[in-house]
Amino acid sequence: MGRLFKKLTQDVRFIEGLKACLNCGTCTAICPAAEFYDYQPRKIVDILQTHDDDQIEALLKSETIWYCGECMSCVTRCPRGNAPGLLITALRSLSQEMGFFIESEKGRQQLAIKRTVGEWILNYGYCLYPSLIQPEMHPEQGPVWEWEHHNLSEIMDRLGANYQKTGPGILRKIPREDLDEIKRIFDETGATERFAKIEEFSKKKAHEMNMDFDESMDNEYFKHIYNKTEKDHIREK
Amino acid sequence: MNIQGKRNIWKDYQKEIATNRYFYVRSCVRQNFFPGSEKAFLRILKDELSRDVYENASHTTCSGIGYHSDIIPFETAMTMVARQFALMTESGYENFTTSCITSFGLYSEILETWHHFPEVEERIREHLLRATGRTFKKPANLSHASDVIFKFRKEIAEKAKHRLINRKTGNPLKVVEHIGCHYSKMFPSKGIGGAEYPYVLVGMIEEWGGEVIDYPERRHCCGFGFRQYLVKANRGYSLACSKKKFESMAPYKPDFILTNCPGCPMFLDRWQYALSEMEGITYGENGFGIPVLTYEELAGLVLGYDPWDLGLQVHQVTVDPLLDKLGVDYDPSAKFTGKNGIDLGKPEPPSFLKFYQNE
Repeated sequence: MGRLFKKLTQDVRFIEGLKACLNCGTCTAICPAAEFYDYQPRKIVDILQTHDDDQIEALLKSETIWYCGECMSCVTRCPRGNAPGLLITALRSLSQEMGFFIESEKGRQQLAIKRTVGEWILNYGYCLYPSLIQPEMHPEQGPVWEWEHHNLSEIMDRLGANYQKTGPGILRKIPREDLDEIKRIFDETGATERFAKIEEFSKKKAHEMNMDFDESMDNEYFKHIYNKTEKDHIREK
Repeated sequence: MNIQGKRNIWKDYQKEIATNRYFYVRSCVRQNFFPGSEKAFLRILKDELSRDVYENASHTTCSGIGYHSDIIPFETAMTMVARQFALMTESGYENFTTSCITSFGLYSEILETWHHFPEVEERIREHLLRATGRTFKKPANLSHASDVIFKFRKEIAEKAKHRLINRKTGNPLKVVEHIGCHYSKMFPSKGIGGAEYPYVLVGMIEEWGGEVIDYPERRHCCGFGFRQYLVKANRGYSLACSKKKFESMAPYKPDFILTNCPGCPMFLDRWQYALSEMEGITYGENGFGIPVLTYEELAGLVLGYDPWDLGLQVHQVTVDPLLDKLGVDYDPSAKFTGKNGIDLGKPEPPSFLKFYQNE
C-alpha cells in the first residue's frame, strides 16, 4: 500500500464510499458529468481498487477528478453501496493537500472558488452575497438580476429582507463575534490551512505560467482560470 | 402518470416530520435569489398555522457550497454544522428545519457519519468547544422546509383561495416537479417517497388540485454541480443539464415547474433565458418560458398572497401568464416597484424570451 493510498484510507468518506466495486458502470450511466465531459466514475473507482500510488498520483494531477458535479446521483444507483461522488470529495481534498491541483486546468480553478465563496463565508457568514454577484461575472443571470442588482436595497426591503441590518432575517449583517467564531473554526479544523495552500501553490503556478498574480480578482491569473478553457474537455459524441 | 407502482414505493419511504417548535436556518442561495420564499414560509407557519418557528440571529451558512466545491474540508463543515446544532440547543429547540437542500443533505451526511464513526463526533465536539466554547445536542428531528409544507398540505388546501386549476378551461394545471439531488439521492430514507419517485412535491400538487407530469429526465440534475457553475469557464456543464431537462419536459406542455431546492429554480429560470439568447429557443407558450416556482411561492399563491409580496417579479421567466391561468388578482403596474410604490424602473426585455405580457 502506497503513501497516497494510505492517506485516502484515513478519510471517512473514502471508507464509506468504497466497499467493493464490480465495475458494472451503472454510476457512469447515471452520471450527468459523464454525459458532458470525457469522464467515467467507473474508471476512477477501478484505479482506486489497484491501490497503486503511481496511478493515484496521476489521477490527483489530472483534469478527471474535477469533472464531477457532486450531485451524488451515482450513490442512489450503485448496486454495491459504493459512493463514487464521495470518493471524488476525498480525492479532491488530497489533491489540494499535496499541491497537485495546480497541475490541471480544472484543478487550478480552486483559487477562484476560494477567493469568492471562501472569502464570502469569512466576511459575510454566507457562501453567496448579492452585492458580490456581479452581472458582468454572471451574464446568464439576465436583465432581471441586473435590475435587481442596481436596486438591491429597495428590492430586498420590498421583499421583507433585513438586508445589511442587525437582528434575525434575510441577508442580515452577521455580528462580528459570530464571524470571529467561523474564523476560529476554520483555524481549528483545517480550512485556514487549505486556503493558504491554495494561495501558495497558485502563486507558484502563476509564476510558472508567466502571469500576473496579486490578491485581487482583477489579475491575469485569476481572470484566466475563471474565464478561459485551455483545451477540449467535452465527451466525443 | 401511471401512479400505482409509485404509490407502492411511497409506502416504503415514510418519514417523521415534527409538528411544531422548529429551529429554522436560512439558505445562502434562497436568501439571495428568492428572499420572498423564506418570508412566505415563516408567514405560512406562523400566521396561517400558528406554529412556533425560531431563527437565531447568530446562525450562518453551513458552508455546504464551499464543502461541495471542495475548498472547505469535511472537518470544517462538520464543525460549522455542530455550531448550528449548538445554537439550536442553546435556544431550547430540538426540531431542526433547513431552507436549503445542500444543507439538508450535508446535515444528513454528517449525522450518518457520526452514527457510524462515533469517534469523529467526539473529535468534532472537541473542535467546537475549543473554537467557540459551545456544546450541543443532536436534533431530535431533522427536516427540510419542504417536508414541513408537505406535512401541512391539507391544512393549506383547506384555506386555499386558488386551486391548481386553469380558470379558462377548468382542467388541472400540468406540473413538472423537480427535486434537488441532495434531498434524497444520498439517503433515500431521509426523503418523503425516497429517491427514485420522491413524493414531497407530488403530495402538494395533488392536494392543491394539479396534475403531475411524468417525463423521461425527471430525476436528472438541474446542473448546478457546484464548481460547474461557480466558475464561469465551467458553466456549459450546468447549462447542458438544464437544456436536457427542458427538451425532455417541453413536449408535455407543463404549465409550470415546481422545485424544492433553492438552486434548482434559479438555474431552471436563468438557463431558459440564456438558451433563448444563445440559440433563440423558448420552451413555454407563445414565446414565453416555462415559469419556475419554489414550493413556498406556490403555497403562497394557493393561499391568495400577493405575487409581488412573494417575489415573483425577480424571476427572469415571467410568471404573469400562470397568474392569469390561476385567476390571481394582481396589479401589473405594481410589479417593479419598491416599498410604498416607489418607481424602480423596469428590467430590459430579453432578445427572444417574451417577458412583458402586452408587447
